[in-house]
Amino acid sequence: MIKININGVQRDIDAEPEMPLLWALRDVLHLSGTKFGCGMAQCGACTVHLDGQPVRSCVTAIGDIGAGKITTIEGVSGNVAETVQAVWTELDVPQCGYCQSGQIMSAVALLSENQKPGDADIDAAMSGNLCRCATYARIRSAIHEAARRLEA
Amino acid sequence: MYPKIFQDQSFAKPLASLVSTRRSFILGTVATAAGLAIGYRMTGPARAEDAPAAAPVHPFQPYIAIAPDGAVTITSSQFEMGQGSYFGIATLVNEELGADWAQISVEGGAGNVAAYGNLAWGGAAQGTGGSTSMTSSWERYRKAGAAMRIMLVEAAAREWAVPASEIKAEMGNLTHASGKLASYGEMAIKTDGLVLPAEIPLKPREMWTQIGKVDLKRFDSKPKTNGSLPYTIDVQLPGMATAVMIHPPKFGATVKTFDAAKAKALKGIVDVVQISRGIAVVAENMWIATKARDLVTVEWDESKAEQRGSPEILAAYREAAKQAPANMARNDGDLAAGFASAAKVLEATYTFPYLAHAALEPLNAAAMMKDGVVEVWGGHQMPDLYQYIASQIAGVTPDKVKLHVMRSGGGFGRRAVFDADVVAESVEVAKALDWSRPVKVQWTRENDMRGGRYRPAYVHAMKAGLDGKGNLIAWANHIVGQSIMTGTLFEGMAVKNGIDFTSVEGAANLPYAIPNLGVGLTTMTTGVPVLWWRAVGSTHTAYAVEAFLDEVAEAAGKDPVEFRLALLKDHPRHAAALRLASEKAGWGTTPATGRFRGVAVAESFNTVVAQVVEISIPSPGAVKVEKVICVVDCGTAINPDQVVAQMEGGIGFGLGSILAEEITLTGGVVDQGNYDTYAPLRIDQMPVIEVHILPSENPPTGAGEPGVPPIGPALANAVYQATKKRVRTLPFAKGLTA
Ligand code: FES
Ligand code: FES
Repeated sequence: MIKININGVQRDIDAEPEMPLLWALRDVLHLSGTKFGCGMAQCGACTVHLDGQPVRSCVTAIGDIGAGKITTIEGVSGNVAETVQAVWTELDVPQCGYCQSGQIMSAVALLSENQKPGDADIDAAMSGNLCRCATYARIRSAIHEAARRLEA
Repeated sequence: MYPKIFQDQSFAKPLASLVSTRRSFILGTVATAAGLAIGYRMTGPARAEDAPAAAPVHPFQPYIAIAPDGAVTITSSQFEMGQGSYFGIATLVNEELGADWAQISVEGGAGNVAAYGNLAWGGAAQGTGGSTSMTSSWERYRKAGAAMRIMLVEAAAREWAVPASEIKAEMGNLTHASGKLASYGEMAIKTDGLVLPAEIPLKPREMWTQIGKVDLKRFDSKPKTNGSLPYTIDVQLPGMATAVMIHPPKFGATVKTFDAAKAKALKGIVDVVQISRGIAVVAENMWIATKARDLVTVEWDESKAEQRGSPEILAAYREAAKQAPANMARNDGDLAAGFASAAKVLEATYTFPYLAHAALEPLNAAAMMKDGVVEVWGGHQMPDLYQYIASQIAGVTPDKVKLHVMRSGGGFGRRAVFDADVVAESVEVAKALDWSRPVKVQWTRENDMRGGRYRPAYVHAMKAGLDGKGNLIAWANHIVGQSIMTGTLFEGMAVKNGIDFTSVEGAANLPYAIPNLGVGLTTMTTGVPVLWWRAVGSTHTAYAVEAFLDEVAEAAGKDPVEFRLALLKDHPRHAAALRLASEKAGWGTTPATGRFRGVAVAESFNTVVAQVVEISIPSPGAVKVEKVICVVDCGTAINPDQVVAQMEGGIGFGLGSILAEEITLTGGVVDQGNYDTYAPLRIDQMPVIEVHILPSENPPTGAGEPGVPPIGPALANAVYQATKKRVRTLPFAKGLTA
């Protein structure tokens, strides 16, 4: 039994330690907001926070998390997250929406570290998150707009 | 996404005949499971079982249901894969219905071709493609909304004993000057016995408040920002198992023998079964299934498999391109005489690779049998066909198949397949387990990338002749590649005189006035399965035509915009789009230092798009697309901001393919397996995009695909300005450095 703190709750996962967090979240805990896109840290659809830092859950083994605190799209909260989610909706960023949990987790992590990211910061923080619908123009606008609102 | 040929009604006939053999099943469905359960629940019951025996039959019943609490559920005939069809349809309904957007939700419909058949294809089959969703829905869903409002108003008029003309219906409420007020939900249960007028009048354009509203927001964005929107991958059913597929490494190979002893020893494994398309490894969850898959050894029979690599396939295409075309798709004037009298002749050959759709949600479907009914969850883009195929596999009549239409995480054409691939697999696996439990087949990225159904590879041999004054007097375009439709259910209708329209669209209907014009096709056969890929034929034809035309304009000593406009006298929509794009881009002015421009215009699916790109060259062999000006004429723009979104997305999707995407094969085996080797566009490569929608009072045409075709040639033409190099082999990662 592996114990992990997920969204502030201590969860028991009956699985082998090498099971990727992605599948523990989705198939064991039924937290399906975190998505599968590639399984090899190429697309970012599975992005969650580990102690506030964005990590790809598809390559994060549950046995390696230890006392780290995991936050998923279902549990992400606070001023930055709420602002990002609100702006994302207002600008109608999502098309199919499948990548957007990961995009939002990456964007929240970026804005939590960097209150006023420039375009190059956005490129660096977000280029691990594929959007096959190519909603990138709106993702960029939404991050800038969220930064403006958070500053105000 | 179906090509233009399907706008010809004849397309739907093969499917219609398949459907008509089960006519009684369709009617039966309307009256039972699908019809009333999702129907127009004026009298209140929420489930078919609760419906009174003489439930009101209403022509708009399959489209809208209003619950007593006011919730409006719209059933969409059109599949939602991100392109906004649900929002477009909801906008059409709500323009007439006047509900509160907060009360509106949309579900995917299936199993009722009379109601959901695509009207752009003659209505005989349900399906989504060819950017026809709004064309098909334009009258149908506005009428459904209007009919619903009329019934509600009539009900209130009867209840309050006031004339219907004095009742206002807006924001989900009915009101009368006397102070009477009722919600739509309250009145929906009081419509018994009311009869609709024969004619349902629609609001005139001047009175629209929803259609064309620039700041109307999608009703479905929020659940996409908090992870709550369910896709097929998220389907959870009691006792459900997950299956991972082992497909043949070469197209056309089949299983000879397999050994699953080691896999079956794993804890959590359910079974390993052989089905028609390979081996399914079934486990309690995806992780165990994936691990077990690696323990299965399979011996394949490759006697009928495609053994060639893509270099050999393309070499054969290039060889064929040197010969005369097998068939002519267009033959105007006298081509030979035209070239004979030309003062200058140009030739160029363009090569296009296979491309994968690579939607972010890898293909999947879930199936189970309950009380003799097979239920299938998936991205059912061609539901009639999938229902039929599922019934054949399960050995039940089609009325015993219920499809649950999920939204998909992208699609780009890949969820509309002739053999129902992953949908069929899910039913086969569930059956192989004796229907003992629900099963979800979830493809890995590698299954998806190597699963075929690619945008076909193509070669275009181009030749143009200019007279002494620089007039374009002869144009020959020989297209060589694989047909999408040949060998499918639709071949008889879609392939005429040796011409598959999907191979030549965008080239055979060339808008430019050229007196001697020939477009020929030589169809090649390979074992690599191909399919429509966002914008279909125009993904290669527009590039060949518009990049080559740029070469011709230069040889004629003319400005590329002026040159095109002179040839577009009979195509005012093309000319208008091109004019506005060049004006907005400052065409004719000198770009900033280090910036270079290129232009292209293309029509696909009755929508015209012109684009001007501005690029820089950060280092030799590299290209940065800085900015794209995009002008679109798609008739009436129902959701203007979503037209903008589709242009942005189409440009990004197209640009990724032009820059770096390519599926190659070595000895019949696909080289790419994941996003490390198959590289869609990322945010750091996304240009600034400015979209202008040409005002139009024409009925809506498409928006999902037409943003794609012009970006490649516009970029190629800009790259030439910067480097003096004509990129004729795609992607640029290969062609620019070659
Ligand atoms: S699924 Fe983890 S990065 Fe793609
Ligand atoms: S919105 Fe579809 S993949 Fe990003």
